[in-house]
Amino acid sequence: MSVVMKNFTFAVIMLAGSVGPSLAASEADFKAAFAAADAAEKEGGRLRNQWTTTEAALSTAKKAAETGNFDQALRSAQEAEALAKASIVQATSEQQRWKDMEIH
Amino acid sequence: MRTRPTLSILTAALALCALIGASSPAALAIDAVDPAADAKAFRDFFVKKFPQVKFEDFVNGPYSMNEDMRKQWKDKEQFPPYEFALEAGKEMFSKPFKNGKHYADCFENGGIGVRQTYPTFDEKEGQVITLELALNRCREVNGEQPYSYVKDEMAQLTAYMAFTSRGKPFDIKIPNDPRALEAYENGKRYFYTRRGQLNFSCASCHVQNPGERIRAEVLAPAFGILNAMPIYRSEWSGMGTTSRRFTTCNSQIRGVPLEPQSLEYRDLEYYLSYVSNGLPISGPGARP
Amino acid sequence: MASTIRVRAILNGDITDVQTLIQHPMDTGLVKDAKGEIIPARYIQQLSFEHNGKAVFLADWGTAVSKDPYVKFAFKGAAKGDELKVSWVDNLGATDSLTAKIQ
Repeated sequence: MSVVMKNFTFAVIMLAGSVGPSLAASEADFKAAFAAADAAEKEGGRLRNQWTTTEAALSTAKKAAETGNFDQALRSAQEAEALAKASIVQATSEQQRWKDMEIH
Repeated sequence: MRTRPTLSILTAALALCALIGASSPAALAIDAVDPAADAKAFRDFFVKKFPQVKFEDFVNGPYSMNEDMRKQWKDKEQFPPYEFALEAGKEMFSKPFKNGKHYADCFENGGIGVRQTYPTFDEKEGQVITLELALNRCREVNGEQPYSYVKDEMAQLTAYMAFTSRGKPFDIKIPNDPRALEAYENGKRYFYTRRGQLNFSCASCHVQNPGERIRAEVLAPAFGILNAMPIYRSEWSGMGTTSRRFTTCNSQIRGVPLEPQSLEYRDLEYYLSYVSNGLPISGPGARP
Repeated sequence: MASTIRVRAILNGDITDVQTLIQHPMDTGLVKDAKGEIIPARYIQQLSFEHNGKAVFLADWGTAVSKDPYVKFAFKGAAKGDELKVSWVDNLGATDSLTAKIQ
């Protein structure tokens, strides 16, 4: 795997376990985070490269918000945004890097 | 606003990638696309990597890679699990539509022994037409509802059509049309592009690791990988088409699947079929 | 209606090799359909192969056997042209049987 890919994969693994500092989240915090995540995921869709785990995180965020658990909802929304952005990096990078794998 | 230190790694990576110049894909230099050379390189790669595999045997996927699996498969081929679907497909194929016409009216040679020519590039429409797409169009043109592309009736019909082509080598044509070359190149690019959270490309498994295991499965070589389609997969307890495999594979690497028969998938099928030209159709097939 | 049973019995020396493919959904009763309703359990409970009136293979099945089961076994003591009767009964009381000649 190329160095860029290794670093990028490492970043994703780190993000999957990241938790922010503990402060009670408000509905407004969640809504802002969700909007950002949703926008990033739509961009991933435009690039035809979305991840199932992003969709799952968005779904978890929405469900948590529905029950009023904005701490969880915010965490999940942030995770979704990170995953969506990673999928965008992947799609963008792969526009050139795919050639590394090609049989010649 | 709370701090999000880990996200800054990501935005940095994004910026870095933008700098590397991965902006819009470079305009396709048509003279640089040489499918015949690609196909030869593809074939040579697998033949060289697996000198013990007989040429035609590549179409048998994992069974060409693993002796124990091959033995079990040969046993079952005497009463193959796709047999019921094949019989149903034969019956369906000969049954007329409500308007009295038949599937045979939509295809060359009445649809018998033609599977190895699909996908084709339709120069009028400027896009790749797969066998499944052609079948559903045939239905719609004759006033019938289209079938799901993934399994059931579509798999039964294509099982029968594949069966009538058994032994015939893949004979995919790329007309001298820049749009056809672009479709081919698009398919090739899809094949080698990493996707999904697991960051696999088709090549990660089927070029770099045929014969190796991914969890409990033995991986098939990409060379000839579509020749056995449609397949009865024990994992599915039923038949599935090429579309079923493409979509489920995407999910398995944590990529959201595209719509069956979407442009990328058709172009991918076009590429994979073309580089397997010369290998015999073995469908319908059975897989673990 | 066509039989659900396909069977091939071939004599090799004094051993008869038998292969069977049976068309049956083998529903476990644990799976829900698209509407969210349980698909009722429907699975073969007894499978028997009889030669000259004597059972040469008996199976008591449950839900662990997959859809469209395939069975392969061998037995001694048959001759070419003898009859082999295959029968199954499922949990809902449905049955099917087929008699084939040993080749």
